[in-house]
Amino acid sequence: MKILVVDDFSTMRRIVKNLLRDLGFTNTHEADDGTTAWPMLQSGDFDFVVTDWNMPGMTGIELLQKIRTDERLKSVPVLMVTAEAKRDQIVAAAQAGVNGYVVKPFTAAALKEKIEKIFERVDG
Amino acid sequence: MGDHTQDPEQFTLLLKEQAPLLVQHVDAGNIDAAINVLIELQHARTPEMSSEDDVMALLREKALQLHDKISAGDYEQAIVALQDMQSVRDRGLYQEVGRLTRALHDAITNFHIDAKKDEEISEMTDATDRLSFVVEMTDKAANKTMDLVEESLPMADAVRQEAGELKQEWERLVNRDMTPEEFRALYWRLDEYFTRLDSDASQLSSNMTEILLAQDFQDLTGQVINKVTGLVKEVEASLVDLVFMASQVEAITGIVTKGEETDDMADKDAKGHGPQIDKDSEDVMASQDDVDDLLSSLGF
Repeated sequence: MKILVVDDFSTMRRIVKNLLRDLGFTNTHEADDGTTAWPMLQSGDFDFVVTDWNMPGMTGIELLQKIRTDERLKSVPVLMVTAEAKRDQIVAAAQAGVNGYVVKPFTAAALKEKIEKIFERVDG
Repeated sequence: MGDHTQDPEQFTLLLKEQAPLLVQHVDAGNIDAAINVLIELQHARTPEMSSEDDVMALLREKALQLHDKISAGDYEQAIVALQDMQSVRDRGLYQEVGRLTRALHDAITNFHIDAKKDEEISEMTDATDRLSFVVEMTDKAANKTMDLVEESLPMADAVRQEAGELKQEWERLVNRDMTPEEFRALYWRLDEYFTRLDSDASQLSSNMTEILLAQDFQDLTGQVINKVTGLVKEVEASLVDLVFMASQVEAITGIVTKGEETDDMADKDAKGHGPQIDKDSEDVMASQDDVDDLLSSLGF
């Protein structure tokens, strides 16, 4: 399982990576915004994307929309982990085809639950 | 405007100069002259008020002249009186513009945004530097904490794993299910374990203390943020003054401005708002549970 963690704060990327490792996912890669993430997604065979919303350059929602319109990437599950908590934004993310939405600050249990749910749904 | 000034220092000078004169006039019983001195001082103290009064007095005078000339059928002189009135009005307008310009200048000075002559950076630059410092400190603290946790976790795991294995061996010994060779091996393994436990436990304890100390950024960043918040409040107050002044300029000059276009909320949503501070707001999800509820209501 190859995972891409997209967040502009290195601390948050590190926390997410640590939590993913606890869940048994060790093949994680990092990008600091959508613009950096996009070429990585294009060239690498990523199975899962965890992204923040508010980032310089390309935001998380733009990245999500771009992934969903790409023929090869459109079925890659995307989990949004973000401090953005406005109703309209969550609705927008759902409409853009997000697979899970975790609001910061979050707990390890919440992240675990969402990730497990996503893979249940993808596998099932 | 004019000879009069609001400068308190100049006013004090004038007061010192005029006060003996005033006493002199009063002593001599020259009340009219004394009152003139008082009027002059009053003018120096509140130039705007006096100019407004002057304008009104002049207008009144010119209006009477105009009336007289028209009654007398002297149209040429009537026109002159009318033109005089116009110039009086203009002068009033210029004075008002002058007053606003000065007030505007004061408001801008109060902004603290322009660098002082003998200081290299303005308060604003200083504030942004301070905030960058906060980001830097929190970043450092977070990374230090994570370094120590990443170092400690495997240590704790190893201690627990070895303890589990030793427990099994120990049970075999208790049950007398062990050869003398195996016992000798266990004997030295235990000895090694205790030695490692001793050093690992001290290391863990010292890591915990360092993690604790890494939280000292809260105190320092708190102080910095409080200072910047104070500055922002000051700037806001100055800005309100400035906006008020601008509205006065608009009122006297008759400039009409359109209201700013309302921000495109959808665009702002897309860019991101950052953490929501006001959790009680209607359109903000206060918790992960609320988010989950919303998503399930959307068919997730």
